[in-house]
Amino acid sequence: MSQLIVLAVWVPLAGAVLTFLLRSRHVRTVGLIASVASALVANGVVWHVWQEGEQRYAVGGWGAPLGIDLLADGLSVFMLAMTALVGVLVSWYAWGYFTPAEESVDVSGNRRLPGWAEPDSFWPTWLLLWAALNIIFLTSDMFNAYVGLEIMSLAAVALVLLSRKRVAMTAGLRYLLASLMGSLSYLMGVAMLYAAFGTLDMTLLGQRMEPGWPAWTALGLVTVGLMLKSAIFPLHFWLPPAHANAPTPVSAILSALVIKASFYLLLRLWFEVFPDVKTLAASEMLGAIGAIAILWGSVQAIRQSRLKLLVAYSTVAQVGYLFLMIPLATPAPGDAGGLLSLNVFGWDGGMYQVISHAFAKAAMFLAAGTIIYALNDVDDIQDMAGFASKLPITTSAFALASVSLMGLPPSGGFVAKWLFMMASIQNQQWWWSAVLIVGGLLTAIYVFKVLAKAFRPAPEGRTWRRVPLSLELPALGLSLIAFLMGVFAATVYQLLEIGRGPFL
Amino acid sequence: MSQFTVYLVTSIALFTMGLWGMIALPHLLRKILAFNVMGIGIFLFLVNLAGRAGDGSMDNVPLAMVLTGIVVAVSATAFMLAIMRRIHAETGAITLVDDDEEDAS
Repeated sequence: MSQLIVLAVWVPLAGAVLTFLLRSRHVRTVGLIASVASALVANGVVWHVWQEGEQRYAVGGWGAPLGIDLLADGLSVFMLAMTALVGVLVSWYAWGYFTPAEESVDVSGNRRLPGWAEPDSFWPTWLLLWAALNIIFLTSDMFNAYVGLEIMSLAAVALVLLSRKRVAMTAGLRYLLASLMGSLSYLMGVAMLYAAFGTLDMTLLGQRMEPGWPAWTALGLVTVGLMLKSAIFPLHFWLPPAHANAPTPVSAILSALVIKASFYLLLRLWFEVFPDVKTLAASEMLGAIGAIAILWGSVQAIRQSRLKLLVAYSTVAQVGYLFLMIPLATPAPGDAGGLLSLNVFGWDGGMYQVISHAFAKAAMFLAAGTIIYALNDVDDIQDMAGFASKLPITTSAFALASVSLMGLPPSGGFVAKWLFMMASIQNQQWWWSAVLIVGGLLTAIYVFKVLAKAFRPAPEGRTWRRVPLSLELPALGLSLIAFLMGVFAATVYQLLEIGRGPFL
Repeated sequence: MSQFTVYLVTSIALFTMGLWGMIALPHLLRKILAFNVMGIGIFLFLVNLAGRAGDGSMDNVPLAMVLTGIVVAVSATAFMLAIMRRIHAETGAITLVDDDEEDAS
């Protein structure tokens, strides 16, 4: 049954080809079906790993070290499941957002330019991106991961360009350049690893790894490349314009999933491939960068006047929390296992942050997009007064997502921060707790800036566009998942337990 | 200096020059060319690695990586050129102008 792993990549890829070739007004429906199919296959892999543990598949019968292995372990299926759930709900939203050509110009009222992006182009590109994400989560080969990263970047930029605004084009090209620079830095690191250790397989590399200049240089190059792609401060410059100017479903996908893919690789490398090469000082430094990102991103979010830019800067801040995981999941110096073991609180907190941010931020972007749509493309928070009475479902979605981002109980964001605090106490590094508290307060300021407007009376004579349910319910679903994640902590914890497997 | 060292130093120099160019040069076409220079640095590193035994035998894994890398670099270059032309046609600009603040649609 390990062929299921191959299907997890193959099904979205086949969907991409199908929706690309299909010239019909039903493309969006076919695309939605392909998304559901991709999610089902991914969940099949999750179920399989849950039941039988880690699965390895040698593509074409050529095993490592010569061939390329696909590997589904707890950590990969964790990401796979997150992608599937977010993917299906965002696809549902996109189904309502990218209406067929004959029915309207497009949802934001833009004129179509011949030979340029059509709304139908969303589906093949998004499914291709999904396939690339699954490749990254399932591969055990450093170079295959590079190919996955490149497919992901190209597809992600193509999705940003669907908006056809001039700002989106500049933002897209800047995103592409930054992303490619990151990929090449990663590739150079991979080349050095091959030069030093003679294999590309992550598991084998982890076994052969020994500290020294080749390993440190490679770790540095790979880490900087992936940091650039994860948009951690100060390498975040490309993120806000790209995420804010993309079409709404695309913003949600980029912030919720694409950022996580490069972070996932970083995590795997730091804890599986380079566990004894990394030093405490380097981990602390990455954590410090994360802390600055939290403060800087939140302050920038507070300063924004445009809604989608505010949400995009919030992503810059939330990526900072992810990087806190690197010092917090590394055990304290006194721990018996040394650098090879794991601080379980820190690890689980980070994984909670990965998924709760994915759901909360996707929900928040979708809600923001719906508000802007209902207001006839008004993007300025000052002019948004009164949307709560017109869009109660979307306002609830935005509020629930905010609760998770702020880290209030019972949301997933709360569990993440609580576990992080436990880890910082256990590691005797109280300063991370201070960062968590200040970050939460700053988050409250910027989300209340939006929510306060929601309950003001709407100005007279404002026209509101009618909003279909397909633009409201997916955001609510996503935010409910993020909000209730703390309630279902036991189930998530089980999944986390198999996710920790390879590192303990 | 052996042939291996010459190629090694050249490849790292190319990589660094490309990296510098991608960061420092404002003109988009130069940025795209710098991306290719950076890529070629890595490919040279890998090809050099493939023949490091020095007895004429080749390690095929780095060569396969170079072939794949070239395909990726060509498609990425084509994509960047297409966006660059689009930006130039619409705005007349050939650098990345910061117009994030105002919505130019």
